[in-house]
Amino acid sequence: MYKYNDFDEGFVRTRVAQFRDQVARRIDGSLTEDEFKPLRLMNGLYLQLHAYMLRVAVPYGTLNSTQMDMLAHLAETYDKGYGHFTTRQNIQYNWPELGDVPDMLSDLADVGMHAIQTSGNTIRNVTADHFAGAAADEIADPRPVAELLRQWSTDHPEFQFLPRKFKIAITGSPNDRAVTKAHDIGLRMVMQNGAAGYEVIVGGGLGRTPMIGKVITDFLPQADLLPYVEAIVSVWNRLGRRDNKYKARIKITVHEHGIDEIRRLVDARFAEIRPSFSGIDQEILTAIAEQFAAPAFKIADTKGYEAARIANPAFRSWTDTNLTQHRADGYAIVSISIKKHGATPGDATADQMRVMANLARTYGHDELRISHEQNVILPHVHKSDLPKLYTALRAADLATANIGLASDIIACPGMDYCALATARSIPVAQEIAMRFDELKIEHDIGALKIKISGCINACGHHHVGHIGILGLDRAGVENYQITLGGDHTETAAVGERAGPGFSADDIVPAIERLVLGYMDLRNSADETFLDAYRRLGVAPFKAILYPQERANAA
Amino acid sequence: MARIFTPKVVTANRLMQGDAVWLTANGHWSDNIRDAEFITDEATADLRMMDADTQAHLIAGVYLADAVMGDNGPEPTHFREDFRTRGPSNYAHGKQVDKVENNV
Ligand code: HEM
Ligand code: SF4
Repeated sequence: MYKYNDFDEGFVRTRVAQFRDQVARRIDGSLTEDEFKPLRLMNGLYLQLHAYMLRVAVPYGTLNSTQMDMLAHLAETYDKGYGHFTTRQNIQYNWPELGDVPDMLSDLADVGMHAIQTSGNTIRNVTADHFAGAAADEIADPRPVAELLRQWSTDHPEFQFLPRKFKIAITGSPNDRAVTKAHDIGLRMVMQNGAAGYEVIVGGGLGRTPMIGKVITDFLPQADLLPYVEAIVSVWNRLGRRDNKYKARIKITVHEHGIDEIRRLVDARFAEIRPSFSGIDQEILTAIAEQFAAPAFKIADTKGYEAARIANPAFRSWTDTNLTQHRADGYAIVSISIKKHGATPGDATADQMRVMANLARTYGHDELRISHEQNVILPHVHKSDLPKLYTALRAADLATANIGLASDIIACPGMDYCALATARSIPVAQEIAMRFDELKIEHDIGALKIKISGCINACGHHHVGHIGILGLDRAGVENYQITLGGDHTETAAVGERAGPGFSADDIVPAIERLVLGYMDLRNSADETFLDAYRRLGVAPFKAILYPQERANAA
Repeated sequence: MARIFTPKVVTANRLMQGDAVWLTANGHWSDNIRDAEFITDEATADLRMMDADTQAHLIAGVYLADAVMGDNGPEPTHFREDFRTRGPSNYAHGKQVDKVENNV
């Protein structure tokens, strides 16, 4: 794992000291709120509906146990005992007091973490495949490049006042678990003639105008990555619509100018700046890569694991849903669901964070990941340790066997916390999960992604959910719009609006009807919701959602 | 003819804690909307907003929110403002517990 060097350490400490001073000046009245707001946002501090909210970055989703313990400490000491993991590999604290925030940032700095550029019109936390460095399908670990991008983008003088926020995601696997096609820049590692490089995708994004990114180059050699990414951001920084906040994102720039024109401008800018990259970046990358060396995987037999699977059906069910194939023999990637039925998606208590940290220490080579789907991953666990790990997870209410199933819902904070929301997300997610748990059909339904956002900003990724739910305000009443057929993987697609929205009382029954209807429509138990949707189109699903209209039309 | 004015209360978040507060008729900030001054004309609303702006050392993000007069004082008309008087729906956090504590 990457450890801060003296420069990183000094930079973060200085920033904490500056912010401590800024908070003091806000409190003593020398700074007005208008003056203070941009300063607090530069440090990830928002003012929400009921309280402040601090957003802390988990760069490329990677943590060690000491860092996770610190997140628990923050939750307990300065908040109400929990934190909320988001779709951008951040953790948000919902109840800090203003005066405590400098101490929180100082505590984070102790473990090499910070909240810099988690807000504002800057390059945000670079996100990555949450199975990076562990997945069997991986070409190479994308995190060294993610860390290089983090170092390059943090406090980059040219990119502190971009037209709008800018988000980069990276994956080293052909199976895209980083939603690269819905980011401002998506980087997908590919091999060409035995050398690793990147397919570069630009102009993806969700929000008000959802778009799937376009390929700007299908193979970029590793050595050109940093200057090329810089060329893209630089071109957008110049062309981006600063006149209209809703048209400022690079997706609109690409849309308005066309990908060919953007490619031409980026190539020209790249030619200009390439010579100024002397190769130091590649030396730095090599040094970073050494810090991401794989742990010393152990050799042990897995008989006990196989026996436990046979003996304990609950354990077997959990291994079926929550494990992913690891690249090392005898190992598994463990996804810990923090979506127990009825719980708030993405929330973990301080106790749970400590349990996960301890398990990482004991069984997981000290590594944890946060997934964009709001779960926690132990990337390297030997199968022989899984029975004990499972027992410990159960004791902490962390053994829900629902990864990738109907109750593994992404939900943004919505109107329960967020000042921008137009409706609630969390209670809808809770009710849907409870309903499918009551029906006991989740495992029969199979792979299904339900994603919920509390407003058009789409923080809950509803556009790329197989079933997306968008909370709206219709004349002062919560209303929920359903989208169908979205996909966040390498075959990314934006979902299609199903029809009129549903009231808060009707949305859960509508989702239940839709899912049960799909089970009738599918070819076999192996045909997923998304496959069935792609085969049949939207019409039969609309008919299920709006039976009344069909009756009226008849 | 005066324009039709929808009654309002002045609301903000407390600077230190960030919790929702409402401006009372005597210029204090209460954590209960029922204590708020119920404003029925635009001129008063403007004046109170100016008062509020001078209190930047106590509050942040001040604005006018629609309200109606209930039996025990002003009440919110929009569900967003309603949540601000209570707190989130997933946990008993925020005002919904603070109120219980205050009552005992
Ligand atoms: C609670 C405080 C939050 C605020 C004020 C906020 C604000 C916003 C805004 C304004 C946008 C639209 C930006 C644009 O398109 O230009 C947005 C998009 C987004 N936010 Fe949030 N958000 C918040 C929390 C979250 C959370 C909790 C998550 C994850 C669960 C999240 C993840 C995202 C993502 C993934 C997008 C859309 C993708 C894109 O940028 O294209 N945000 N957010
Ligand atoms: S989608 Fe809207 S409601 Fe949800 S977190 Fe984002 S800004 Fe807030």
